[in-house]
Amino acid sequence: MSNAPYLLVAWLFFVGLYGIVTSRHLVHMIVCLSVVQSSTYVLLLQIGWVKGGTAPLFLDVPVGTRAVDPVVQALTLTDVVVGVTATAVLLALALQAHKRSGSLDPADLRPMRG
Amino acid sequence: MRPRLVLFLVGALGGILLLAWGLWGLPGFGHYRGPYGNQINARAAKERHSSSAVAPVVFDYRGFDTVGEELILFAAVMGVIVLLRAQREEHEEPARLRTEELSFRVSESSRVVALALIPPTVVLGLYVVVHGHLSPGGGFQGGVALAAAGVLLYLAGEYLSFQRVYPVALLDLGEAGGAGGFIVIGLVGLFTGAAYLSNVFPLGITGTLFSAGTIPVINVFVGVEVAVGIVFMVYEFVEQTLLVRRRSS
Repeated sequence: MSNAPYLLVAWLFFVGLYGIVTSRHLVHMIVCLSVVQSSTYVLLLQIGWVKGGTAPLFLDVPVGTRAVDPVVQALTLTDVVVGVTATAVLLALALQAHKRSGSLDPADLRPMRG
Repeated sequence: MRPRLVLFLVGALGGILLLAWGLWGLPGFGHYRGPYGNQINARAAKERHSSSAVAPVVFDYRGFDTVGEELILFAAVMGVIVLLRAQREEHEEPARLRTEELSFRVSESSRVVALALIPPTVVLGLYVVVHGHLSPGGGFQGGVALAAAGVLLYLAGEYLSFQRVYPVALLDLGEAGGAGGFIVIGLVGLFTGAAYLSNVFPLGITGTLFSAGTIPVINVFVGVEVAVGIVFMVYEFVEQTLLVRRRSS
């Protein structure tokens, strides 16, 4: 069985991290953080995938049908929710930083004053 | 720029090695070995009368974690509201004074499409919220769909009618009630002598709307909280561009 999903996880994680490190724009940086986080979605979901498994829903298929792991799917749901809320707070911070310094370049951020 | 990149490459190399080491021990793709998923797939329908195995994990077996997740969302909404309040050197103009500017021009076609999409979006959102224990979905997903209806109202250029449709006091009530309702449902378990967040409601018949005990009830509370929270956050950002102005002194 191919292990390509593991490579995808590593690729998403490090390409997002590269974006954060080289970013010249706060919004771009926040999007890159979402890319890093999306690697965790892929990792969680692919750990729970069973070859030939169906969705963990037993409405049309009888209980006992081979299905993928519902626990990692629930964890991914938590992951997505936390990711969205963190993005919202970070965007609000970026907006205020732009108001204070007139720039969205992280290099232009100055120490905060009271 | 250059030293930063060199530092990143060195760190990334170490990170890749650690990640490869960590992933090495995991089972190959498709060769799932963990016991928990199989156990829950086998038991969710029998123990919780829920045809979806994911919903009992989120709102029942792991319910306490989800309370924490819900409070993260709540805290983030509060954080955005606090961060985007009018600052010392700014003031917020009352919306009714700026009717002219706020009913900005939106093309007729996008207006019609956005308004026409609102009713189906609301129905879809409600459907996803209340069917969380039967099919994919639940309070979090359906709540976001419901919040999309609020965003469509803005896209239709109806910012002012948004303020009429959703009075802030009602939004506050929804946000607090949604978060609080989940916690109160958990307390019901304690009062009946079971553990916190035990599924103490009647379980009903598997596969019907009124089944799975506390799960659909919690889903409704979560749906309200998520929908109101996201609408709150979106409109805080909208108000930043429309209403908050630097004080001209």
